[in-house]
Amino acid sequence: MSALLEVRNLQVRVEEREILHGLSLTVNKGEVHAIMGPNGSGKSTLSHVIAGKPGYEVTGGEILFKGEDLLEMSPDERAAKGVFLAFQYPVEIPGVATMTFLRTALNAQRKARGESEYSTPDFLKKVRAVAASLNIPQEMLRRGVNVGFSGGEKKRNEVLQMALFEPSLCILDEMDSGLDIDALRIAADGVNALRSSERAMVVITHYQRLLNYIVPDFVHVMSKGRVVKSGGKELALELEESGYAQFEDQAA
Amino acid sequence: MPAELETVERVRRIDVDQYRYGFETIIESDKAPKGLSEDIVRFISDKKDEPEWMLEWRLEAYRRWLTMQEPTWARVDYPKIDYQDVYYYSAPKQKKALASLDEVDPEILKTYEKLGIPLREQEVLAGVVRDEGETDGEAPRRVAVDAVFDSVSVATTFQAELKKAGVIFMPISHALREHPDLVKKYLGTVVPTSDNFFATLNSAVFSDGSFVYVPPGVRCPMELSTYFRINERNTGQFERTLIIADKGSYVSYLEGCTAPQRDENQLHAAVVELIALDDAEIKYSTVQNWYPGNSEGKGGVYNFVTKRGDCRGKNSKISWTQVETGSAITWKYPSCILRGDNSRGEFYSIAISNGYQQVDSGTKMIHLGKNTTSRIISKGIAAGKSQNTYRGLVSAHRKATGARNFTACDSLLIGDKCGAHTVPYVEAKNSSALFEHEATTSKISEDVLFYCVQRGLTQEEAVGLVVNGFVRDVLQQLPMEFAVEAQKLISISLEGSVG
Repeated sequence: MSALLEVRNLQVRVEEREILHGLSLTVNKGEVHAIMGPNGSGKSTLSHVIAGKPGYEVTGGEILFKGEDLLEMSPDERAAKGVFLAFQYPVEIPGVATMTFLRTALNAQRKARGESEYSTPDFLKKVRAVAASLNIPQEMLRRGVNVGFSGGEKKRNEVLQMALFEPSLCILDEMDSGLDIDALRIAADGVNALRSSERAMVVITHYQRLLNYIVPDFVHVMSKGRVVKSGGKELALELEESGYAQFEDQAA
Repeated sequence: MPAELETVERVRRIDVDQYRYGFETIIESDKAPKGLSEDIVRFISDKKDEPEWMLEWRLEAYRRWLTMQEPTWARVDYPKIDYQDVYYYSAPKQKKALASLDEVDPEILKTYEKLGIPLREQEVLAGVVRDEGETDGEAPRRVAVDAVFDSVSVATTFQAELKKAGVIFMPISHALREHPDLVKKYLGTVVPTSDNFFATLNSAVFSDGSFVYVPPGVRCPMELSTYFRINERNTGQFERTLIIADKGSYVSYLEGCTAPQRDENQLHAAVVELIALDDAEIKYSTVQNWYPGNSEGKGGVYNFVTKRGDCRGKNSKISWTQVETGSAITWKYPSCILRGDNSRGEFYSIAISNGYQQVDSGTKMIHLGKNTTSRIISKGIAAGKSQNTYRGLVSAHRKATGARNFTACDSLLIGDKCGAHTVPYVEAKNSSALFEHEATTSKISEDVLFYCVQRGLTQEEAVGLVVNGFVRDVLQQLPMEFAVEAQKLISISLEGSVG
């Protein structure tokens, strides 16, 4: 069985400065990988490059997704193929109702895959069911996308989209930032409900705390643009005790 | 790498060539010789069978125009216009009055078909009378249409039904013959013949346009609409619209415009006058989609328009809503004179510029009466290498106690080769006036676009979605059918601005 996501020797530059210096990572279906590391280690860069954010130059290596060359695809093609990035800071889109946004995006993905678009009643039924499970009130769906949402609401909105679009790869970028413990628990419960043998997750985080709620199968430590250590979930606890400093030298 | 979607790079390759209404209709037409003179003014007046006073009115305007200078204060730049190189009158040749669909020039019919005016409406447009009983039980919402093709009105629909309600809706050339007293009483009372260079030119040579009179206490039973089309080469369109809402009446009027795609520039200088008497309300909506020129900035319509409403009576209300997506040059300031006590003026605008388009548009709210209120919501969107200026005046007269205005001007920039400018003028001559002004300028954010494309939208869909969100509060002011149309038009206008 070929891997769902295969990152091989990835080198990435931003404005002449190399951020990733040959990063490799293999993620199979059903697995949850945590990527940990200090600020500036390149965690977010990795998530952005996988999703196709403009501004990054890949100078070496490759990314295969379901055996296909991901770097040849536009970001919307990647989304339709099943790549989902839950943003650290979800943006606000004034004047565009969340419901409208969800329907437009879902139907765009379905259209790109050659599937029929959802009818309005079918779509509403689906959204309502998912929203209820995440404790998202209908009123929130009528508001502009993320406009006036609290930090917790924004993250729940990300999880809502994850549930709705049913991606095969979910990348969660610093999901815990700006959340209090209760908000974190709700969001993490939503994510855990989406764990399945058909879906993989890459959880990017600075702190071990999040991994108490979303328990990973594998933990990778990043430093200075490389994965410097990989292990099981116990690696996260080890890091919590000893900090990242021990890896700084290895990466140099 | 392919994942790189550099918006700016794409903006450089901007293409506004997707104009969908750029075809030409080949028909025989009656034209006056090129150029402008007293003889041409007489020719137009004669063609229209106008009363003597009207000819004098035109000639006076013409003589005045000769002494005037073209205004240069707007932030628009275009080569000098040779006013002698323009045809001032062009009409499709038509042998007799139309009795059935078969007698209409098939080329004109095809034009309306291509413009997407539905077949049923197209039939009535072309002047075929239908039986009253033929309408469906559900009574679909109807719109009476006056179609102006170059210099003449080719058809006005639903005249009989409107007549029953006492509403007069006809080409202004017909109104001059059938209701001369009404026209004479109101024409030029809001925009005098001496008002400005373009309005004065229009007064001399206007060929057609719509006339509306809604009698006291009548709520006009349907939306009224005029559809303007410039077809002939080198032909100026100078339409004149006059709408009078008598005491306690209400009317909603829509205006749409397109023109063929041509390399040379076409001149359009219209005048619209609205008069609202006591307790009357006029809602005037425009979707302007004249040909904007090609990707190199060649061709396109010069749109120099004077639109003004007079809230002449107490408690009257005039509301302008405009969606401006077309024209190479737009010079347009739909305004309200708030003369009657407690009268209200509104201006809702979406102005989109792309390619090399230049827009200088806004409004004037002139508060003269007591406790008059006005509201201005302007949304400017600039893409490509275009320049988009909001220019507005809010003024309160000494006696306009309790005048209130709220203005919000928001500009959105797409790419870094375009410009958005806001030029508000505020004059309060009494201390009780309360004016509020808010303005924002923002760039369409790469982060927002990336968020949308990560969720599966293409770059263009993402821009369309964000822009439609940006203009939402103005779109809501449009009648339903128009709002849907306008929303599509906004997306089309911005095609090629990114992605």
